[in-house]
Amino acid sequence: MPKPELKNYKYKYGFFDKEKPVSTFQKGLSENVVRELSDIKNEDAWMRDFRLKSLRIFYEKKMPEWGADLSGIDFNDIIYFVRPAERQSVSWDEVPPYIKNTFERLGIPEAERKYLAGVSAQYDSEVVYNNIKCDWGKRGVIFCDTDTAYKKYPEIFKKYFGSVIPPADNKLSALNSAVWSGGSFVYVPAGVKVDVPLQAYFRINAKNMGQFERTLIIAEEGSSVHYIEGCTAPNYSTASLHAAVVEIIAKKSSSVRYTTVQNWSKNVYNLVTKRAFVEEEANVEWIDGNIGSGVTMKYPSVILRGPKARGSVLSLAYAGEGQHQDAGAKAIHLAPETSSRIISKSVAKDGGRTSYRGMVKIIKGAVNAKCKVVCDALLLDEKSRSDTYPTMDVKEPRSTIEHEAYVSKVGEDKIFYLGSRGIKESDALGLLVSGFLSDLTRELPMEYAAELNHLLRLEMEGSIG
Amino acid sequence: MAALLEVKNLSSSVEGKPILGGINLVVNKGEAHVIMGPNGSGKSTLALCVMGHPSHKIEEGEIFFENKKLNSLKPDERAKLGIFLGFQNPLALEGVSFFSLMQSARNAPDIFELRKNISEKFLKLGLADDFIMRGVNDGASGGERKKLELAQMQMLEPKLAIFDEIDTGLDVDALKKIGEEIADLKNKGTAVILITHYQRILNYVRPDKVHIMMAGRIVKSGGTDLAEKINESGYSYLKCPIENAQA
Repeated sequence: MPKPELKNYKYKYGFFDKEKPVSTFQKGLSENVVRELSDIKNEDAWMRDFRLKSLRIFYEKKMPEWGADLSGIDFNDIIYFVRPAERQSVSWDEVPPYIKNTFERLGIPEAERKYLAGVSAQYDSEVVYNNIKCDWGKRGVIFCDTDTAYKKYPEIFKKYFGSVIPPADNKLSALNSAVWSGGSFVYVPAGVKVDVPLQAYFRINAKNMGQFERTLIIAEEGSSVHYIEGCTAPNYSTASLHAAVVEIIAKKSSSVRYTTVQNWSKNVYNLVTKRAFVEEEANVEWIDGNIGSGVTMKYPSVILRGPKARGSVLSLAYAGEGQHQDAGAKAIHLAPETSSRIISKSVAKDGGRTSYRGMVKIIKGAVNAKCKVVCDALLLDEKSRSDTYPTMDVKEPRSTIEHEAYVSKVGEDKIFYLGSRGIKESDALGLLVSGFLSDLTRELPMEYAAELNHLLRLEMEGSIG
Repeated sequence: MAALLEVKNLSSSVEGKPILGGINLVVNKGEAHVIMGPNGSGKSTLALCVMGHPSHKIEEGEIFFENKKLNSLKPDERAKLGIFLGFQNPLALEGVSFFSLMQSARNAPDIFELRKNISEKFLKLGLADDFIMRGVNDGASGGERKKLELAQMQMLEPKLAIFDEIDTGLDVDALKKIGEEIADLKNKGTAVILITHYQRILNYVRPDKVHIMMAGRIVKSGGTDLAEKINESGYSYLKCPIENAQA
């Protein structure tokens, strides 16, 4: 697998606008950079020390060498924090016509287009939230960016921040902990069921800028919430790093669904640590779509800590030329009657590579724990590659675990069948790929599913003779 | 009468193995032709060659549709000209619904209109409505698959519909239904080529011509009586002509 080519990518959905940052940091990482960042954010000693401690851990830890090739990352070539002077420095008129055209083709709603084009709402490392409906606010639901949460809700924040993914978890979570900025904070009080999805977008908007957002979701007992996050990224010719941390705490009998579709441009290293603590009878679902970035390493995890806790990870990956999607899941069963479900579907084309990497652990005493893993890979040509790396560690004999893995190819006969109905080859491929992924995409909110299908069909165009 | 499909001296091979050996066939607008013949005689191959299956190489000869040469056209281009092929064993397309298939095939028409249109066709054919959103042929019985093929044809409204053994594996009622629909199709002016082993579908569809294929050639052509004769006495009485043909 060659390193992702980092220059001259024609990234169809990529774009960027002129930056007018107030305090753009210099490239590279040091204690001073972290201190300065903390000062600019007016943080107290608690957070500053947390960051500095994390930085030391980052220096000590080795890069993960068991997964995708990360040798192209130069931590000294990354800007760790940018805050733009004006959030709305771009007007819709300035957005290049081809970008508008892409939005048109994707059928993105007007409001969202403006957002995606940087015309409104969130920019760079800071997230601007549309005011969550007053109604939910009155019922105690908090939905804001993580920096704001740290200032406004210090008690809840300090109780949970870093509790699921400590800085020392891995080198990139340590890095995130040292330089984090932005991300979403969601708090749902006991018994409150938020029936509208909470949505946020992130995008990397500055050259050489890393995105280190930090998301923290707390669902109190008996509550429920669906958080959705999506992102597109502009086209830059130097490597960008996206190293986010997402922590979910699902208390007793709560349910949390986290949906994300990432479509970073291909020069982005997307290395995200996502983990949920799932207490008794609670349910956490990760729906994770990876179609962009050059290299992704992402394994959303469910730690099933209480009896009858449930967790599922639905992972969808598309790897085209120069992409390596190393995605999967972890399910750790720590209590009786816990159940987990991991479904991974991946598509590789034009020499792209997909890997499923999964870990299932059932400790002794997790009686009647159940786990089902299905990984299904579709290869669209001979150049592409797919691998499966499952790890199973089962210490409880009274538990069940199922694992199925398939690799398939799109048969000539299916293309011909669709051709005989007047559907041209690239469209046929798009239909078959969408069909292959359909049991996952139907779990996505409709507009995301539609957008994803469109993107996949655009991906199928062009390269077929 | 203007020729709709004209197959001229067509020879084909699959992976170097010769299959068709000089087929000549003319189907005029609105005509119904029946092709019969023993297993392995090249009937399905002929259909696949007309549709443009990439594994079937044309070694010699030409195929014309409305005077347009098809040889180098892709299957979808041929379909767009008005040719439809209903398959003997239709593939299941997991996750690709009948609806999305039709949406793509007909270049995204009004989706509500499309839904209604499909629903009407299904009702008439006795197909459950949930086949609209289910993967095409996925979990469908043999008979349902044949009906789904027919429904696709009805949606696409081709000028020439080729059905490869659409009457195989059907119960009496399904056969009647499909037979009547094909007769109706012919009455409306669509040309039909029926590849079949059985004379029984001809109780519904009156063919203008019946062709017998053996060893990659059409060895005999005639009217309905030819099909009846085959039905009664099998292909054995044709043994002679084929030996003559090869001589």
